[in-house]
Amino acid sequence: MAEVSTREAFIDPLFNNNPIALQVLGICSALAVTTKMSTALVMCLAVTSVTGLSNLSISLIRDKIPASIRIIVQLTIIASLVIVTDQVLRAFVYEIAKELSVFVGLIITNCIVMGRAEAFAMQNPPKLSFIDGIANGLGYSIVLMSVAFVRELFGSGSVFGFTILNPVNQGGWYVPNGLMLLAPAAFFLIGCFIWALRSWKPEQIEEEFHVGALLELGNEGHLR
Amino acid sequence: MQHSTGYIVGFALTVCLVCALFVAGSAVGLKERQEANVLLDRQKKVLVVAGLMKEGEDLSREEIAALFESSIQPKVIDLQTGEVDPTIDPTAFDQQAEARNPETSIEAPENASKIRRLPKHALVYDVVQDGELKALILPVEGYGLWGTLYGYIALAPDARTILGITFYKHKETPGLGGEVDNPLWKAKWHGRLAFDERGNPVIGVKKGPAGPPDEDPYNVDGLSGATLTSRGVTRLVRFWLGENGFGPYLDRYREQAGVRSAAA
Repeated sequence: MAEVSTREAFIDPLFNNNPIALQVLGICSALAVTTKMSTALVMCLAVTSVTGLSNLSISLIRDKIPASIRIIVQLTIIASLVIVTDQVLRAFVYEIAKELSVFVGLIITNCIVMGRAEAFAMQNPPKLSFIDGIANGLGYSIVLMSVAFVRELFGSGSVFGFTILNPVNQGGWYVPNGLMLLAPAAFFLIGCFIWALRSWKPEQIEEEFHVGALLELGNEGHLR
Repeated sequence: MQHSTGYIVGFALTVCLVCALFVAGSAVGLKERQEANVLLDRQKKVLVVAGLMKEGEDLSREEIAALFESSIQPKVIDLQTGEVDPTIDPTAFDQQAEARNPETSIEAPENASKIRRLPKHALVYDVVQDGELKALILPVEGYGLWGTLYGYIALAPDARTILGITFYKHKETPGLGGEVDNPLWKAKWHGRLAFDERGNPVIGVKKGPAGPPDEDPYNVDGLSGATLTSRGVTRLVRFWLGENGFGPYLDRYREQAGVRSAAA
């Protein structure tokens, strides 16, 4: 792998190589926890600290991990970090932890964490890996927070619980958009985010996919 | 790089050990704080169902504890006789632990709420303000769609009118069955009647909208898209208000309080 500068490791995952927008990883939790900004924020902090710490600890022992069991070792470390994160959330922000419920535990299966451990931390020194983990967590957070902003504003008329558009059921004038509170809304918003990002940075658009190429490659196809 | 089998096994064991220590350490270290949170949360739910605190109101730990202390009187009752058992300390009583322990529980009679064991005792609360009884709070639980719902129901001093209901733990689908947490839906329970003229628990969640409390006193609006959760709530409320639940306790209460027994 080519040398990566600290700056690149930090800036790249934010927009150029965003884990959700470009790699389309970690979508499941992005749907589930984005109806309110406060829950989304706690989820972002949890994911960012887990990616950062898992990258750091895996990178520290990367030369010692036997190749044959590396995936399960990575998973064990990630799972432990997630459980600890869950315990901390339940001790300090109980109400929000209750709303996040299983989704904190599901960070274990969040592909971003595992993906960065395998793709980056196994080949790079601890400091750089830590920065890469944090930056990927932040890349995830940027998408999550923008989705949560739109969903909470139009779905409940508030931002971080503060009423901006006074909804009808509290005696106001704004009729909340119920779709925003359902999971599909997050899909549409992430779609729009990807569209906007790729219009800004056209190099992220994938090459057009030819059905002919698939047929030619046949069984040995090296398709992604 | 090839490693010997011994190295691989040793490495795996070491990783497991370190991770286990880390996880166990955090769980033990934070336990006290978490338990305090759970207790506080439960006190909050009791205060909310009693109408002493608004949903989402921001009160400090001390304020909640003080409010709870001053107006809520917990007591442990014997479920079968309905009598208060003064020998058990309500603050140390854990109803769910008692239901799990074969010595302190009995096999539950056939019921639709999938309750297998009934504790012999239950923890109920009286809401007393200025020396006057304002409400009776009873714990309820039962199966919904994905798991057991745990909550409280508050009855007015006539032991018939519902003042409120709330669930503090459930696994229903957010946005559908999870709407049992919606304050607007919970408000619809207020003022409805739990028992009919003969004293049978008939309150239930119907399919579709229910009328206003004075016209349609025994029905509550259904939760759209959550038929099974709605049915589960109906069943659990009826079970706990019935003869196998708090029936004996409520009968005894009516007798003592001189409330005209609905069953008269």
